[in-house]
Amino acid sequence: MIPAPFDYARAGSAEEALSLLTEHGEDAKLLAGGHSLLPLMKLRLAQPSVLIDVGRLRDLSYIRDAGDHIAVGALTRHHDLETSDLLETEAPILKHAAGEVGDPQVRHRGTIGGSLAHADPASDLPAVVLALKGTLVARSPSGEREIRADEFFTGFLESALAPDELLTEIRIPKVAGLGWSFQKFNRRAQDWAIVGVAAVVDGERTGVGLVNMGSTPIRAAAVEAAVAGGASAEEAAQRAVDDAEPQADLNASVEYRTHLAKVLVRRALEEARA
Amino acid sequence: MTPATTTETDVPTGLEPGGTDQPPDEPAGPVVGTRRERREDPALLTGEARFTDDLQIPGALHLAVVRSPFAHARITRVDVSPALAMPGVVAAFTGEDLQGEWAAPMPCAWPVTEDMKSPPHLPLAVGKTCYAGDGVAVVLAESNEAARDAIDAVDVEYEPLPAVTDLAAAISDEVVIHEDLGTNTSYRWELHLDDDAVERAFADAAHVVRERYIQQRLLPMAMEPRACAAVPQPFGGDITLYSATQIPHILKIMTAVTLGFPEHQLRVVAPSVGGGFGSKLNVYAEELLVTALARKLHQPIRWVEERTENALGTIHGRGQIQDIELAADADGRVTAVRVDLTADMGAYLQLVTPGIPLLGAFLYCGVYDVPAFSFGCTGVFTTMTPTDAYRGAGRPEATYAIERAMDALADEVGVDPAEIRRRNYIGADRFPYTAVTGLVYDSGNYEAAAAKALDLAGYDDLRAEQQRRRAEGGPKHLGIGISSYFEMCGLAPSRVLASLNYSAGGWEAATVRMLPTGKVQVVTGATPHGQGHETSWSMIVADKLGVPPDDVDVLHSDTALSPLGMDTYGSRSLVVGGVAIDMACDRVVDKARRIAAHQLEAAAEDLEFRGGEFSVRGSPDRSVPLAAIAFAAFTAHDLPDGEEPNLEAHVTYDPPNFSWPFGTHVCVVEVDEETGGVEVRKYVAVDDCGNQINPLIVEGQVHGGIVQGLAQALFEGVVYDADGNLVTSNLTDYLVPSAPDVPSLTLDHTVTPSPTNALGVKGIGEAGTIGSTPAVMNAIVDALRPLGVDEVLMPASPLNVWNAIQRAQSRPDPERTTTSATAGDTNADAGGAS
Repeated sequence: MIPAPFDYARAGSAEEALSLLTEHGEDAKLLAGGHSLLPLMKLRLAQPSVLIDVGRLRDLSYIRDAGDHIAVGALTRHHDLETSDLLETEAPILKHAAGEVGDPQVRHRGTIGGSLAHADPASDLPAVVLALKGTLVARSPSGEREIRADEFFTGFLESALAPDELLTEIRIPKVAGLGWSFQKFNRRAQDWAIVGVAAVVDGERTGVGLVNMGSTPIRAAAVEAAVAGGASAEEAAQRAVDDAEPQADLNASVEYRTHLAKVLVRRALEEARA
Repeated sequence: MTPATTTETDVPTGLEPGGTDQPPDEPAGPVVGTRRERREDPALLTGEARFTDDLQIPGALHLAVVRSPFAHARITRVDVSPALAMPGVVAAFTGEDLQGEWAAPMPCAWPVTEDMKSPPHLPLAVGKTCYAGDGVAVVLAESNEAARDAIDAVDVEYEPLPAVTDLAAAISDEVVIHEDLGTNTSYRWELHLDDDAVERAFADAAHVVRERYIQQRLLPMAMEPRACAAVPQPFGGDITLYSATQIPHILKIMTAVTLGFPEHQLRVVAPSVGGGFGSKLNVYAEELLVTALARKLHQPIRWVEERTENALGTIHGRGQIQDIELAADADGRVTAVRVDLTADMGAYLQLVTPGIPLLGAFLYCGVYDVPAFSFGCTGVFTTMTPTDAYRGAGRPEATYAIERAMDALADEVGVDPAEIRRRNYIGADRFPYTAVTGLVYDSGNYEAAAAKALDLAGYDDLRAEQQRRRAEGGPKHLGIGISSYFEMCGLAPSRVLASLNYSAGGWEAATVRMLPTGKVQVVTGATPHGQGHETSWSMIVADKLGVPPDDVDVLHSDTALSPLGMDTYGSRSLVVGGVAIDMACDRVVDKARRIAAHQLEAAAEDLEFRGGEFSVRGSPDRSVPLAAIAFAAFTAHDLPDGEEPNLEAHVTYDPPNFSWPFGTHVCVVEVDEETGGVEVRKYVAVDDCGNQINPLIVEGQVHGGIVQGLAQALFEGVVYDADGNLVTSNLTDYLVPSAPDVPSLTLDHTVTPSPTNALGVKGIGEAGTIGSTPAVMNAIVDALRPLGVDEVLMPASPLNVWNAIQRAQSRPDPERTTTSATAGDTNADAGGAS
């Protein structure tokens, strides 16, 4: 439980973080809440040579009404999401799902940007941002670019962020009044989901994200299409794994995980439509 | 109180000033039986308590162990030189380097049969490693960090051999783990009472059930991992060994024997210890290594375990395949029980490994009046971490088998599970009850506890709801599980231990000493590690001597302060150690009475002792407080002729019998057929541990015990892969439940005092664990019986529940079999995934 030796640099601003990233290149890792990275380092599964701590960049912690969308700073903690009145109105699924992440300690340290950039298929918030059809804003020394959520997750624990990019903001379309559901099925309250389903139902613009159903967070496009085409929840749920690659682990066989995804997609669609 | 509000109709409630309610610190009546808060807790809660790793030990070197990544491998080369080149590293040793340090192999104190096979087990493996985690070399460094970094640099060449992780494969001897033994079977132990009677009962039976249950391996997972430190004294060659142990006294003897070290020069101290659950009832390689190296290098050596090391290198619990058969008459009265176990020893025999399944041998007839019984157990070696005592140790396994089988019998006979039990309980009028095994159950009223539990659970309403919902259909199934348990604890009468070939006695020592100022010092051989002995012992002494509990100091867990003791395990502390204290108090009072009689010029038999004061019967003005006698005994200026100075008594108590607590637990679950998810809706436990010294502590033990048993049923299970790698080696993969994961518990009790001891007490430390697991599993199977499910593997994870439903529904033959589909697979909890 003792990490391999590493250097540590604390960024005082986003600009400083970017210049540190440029300086150290691929050997560096950004540290936000640390609740994904530090356990990996303690198990020596991750051995970055430099940690660039962006945890104190308070100007990247906000939840703002930006007109047609809600802008969430990348360093906003899960606890701030789960207690946000603005999200309660405009994107209640994000508020709710943030309250289901880990345990209170994790939610007070972990950040939405860290959770998305870590790109863990078992994390809750990536699937929620997929279902919400969010956009991620990345900043590099050469400027800023937007990345659609469904183009962000590129592989197991890999994202579309370049080594010199810092995730700064998440833009969430307003979904006030739309039906939604977040189904998280786990064995203990603090565990990752065996399977999770995030659904925002809005006819042709329906979004469905899957947790722990492949090597990346998954957008269930086939389910979305079925719903858009007028399928019942039961019918649409049969398409739950069309876009997924369920794996076996301690908590699920491939068969069980496939079955569970269908059950939970059906329940999510039923609840969202209720 | 304003007089104006007082009317003639006011009735004293006992709560107004001057009423019978006393300030909490000065209870008027007896302290025993009150819910006194634990005196241990402020230090534990504020972080002031000092655990082994908190000790400041100047100049100590930190030890780290190089552990085998292979379950089974020849060690062809070990080169520590790259580690020696690392910063901060002071020394490093291989198993071969240290071979000369051991006068004897690591101890197994329980050779259960004359011909039991036990491979030599050294603190560091030499030539061969037999489980993943087996120590191969050690590094000593100036910091723990440096030592941990350096173990990665030790160069070890292994020649991997096939792993043996399946009990059936182990018995086949296809791969023999310890070649010199020629077999993987360590022993076969059988209990033959009247085999003909058993045969006859099965031949004549109207109903027979044959069940196979799998007791998965569990990790004890004490909150404080193990830690130890050996500190040589400045001169004279003495060594003090600090260890997070349940057994400083036994550890001292065993360390002396294993190292060939003079026992009188060894002192063992257990500082604050953060739980054990049996896992710290052992003699471990690291304790021997730090002591041997401290002696060799004349320098303090310390070690603290990491969590994954704890999973690999600390003993595991359970690990059995249980075959149980019940014969019953037409009404479902059990006429015989036949049991055969295969028990997983792991790679080596630790301190009491082989005896653990046999601690359950006498409990397989449960709380029922069974006239014929036979039992056999085969202990086998595997290439996994050694097993040993884990909360309940053999008794949860036994209770699980009989209580699950009673539900199967109820199903077979076609009566309610509550009714099948009522037909078989040993009647309250039969105690003390001599069982078919020859053991005598001290006292019991099983049916009364069961009736209370069923009533609290609202059993009849639940059954009605179940019937209604089954008729309605739907994906959620209501299940109700009953477990009526008893157990034998308070280890143990030394003569009984002798008959089981156990290498030590079961007594406990106590000293009670009045100090000159009227305070009391108690020395106990019990070794608390979370139980609250200081509180409980002070309460017993307070009532016996008439002093406030806070005036009683309790010394323990240090062989220099408490040289005699048999330590804490097997729910023995109160029923052996607490009773010894009670007896020592009597002896103190007896001596004080003689001195008081001398001072009061009265006959000793004319004195009464009450509230801490001796007075002459009939002349209450002629009295003397115990504190004054204590001072008189100290000055010794005026003692009766022949009376020794000072007021203290030492008692070593060997109990005449075990104690036999009992109770009934009722668990109510909702099982989601679609997800396999299980939700515990209600949990009721009615336990009977005789008289309660401190009901608050009793409830704490029951709470923790139930949660640990429920964890076996629902969450926990060790998984090894086919290569013998431990997959569940951290708290992400090994699911210890936390507060949000367990239901609210409804507790109640009955009180049937033990006639065996003066306090009328029985052990309660393990009862919750013993009673709960079958209640939960019976409830789950009860919920799913309409789907054709008759067995669900533990832990009843959503995956295992769903698999059980799939198996039942794909079964071609509608006639159900009664044995599990996964015979022979101890790691079946991994289901289809690995």
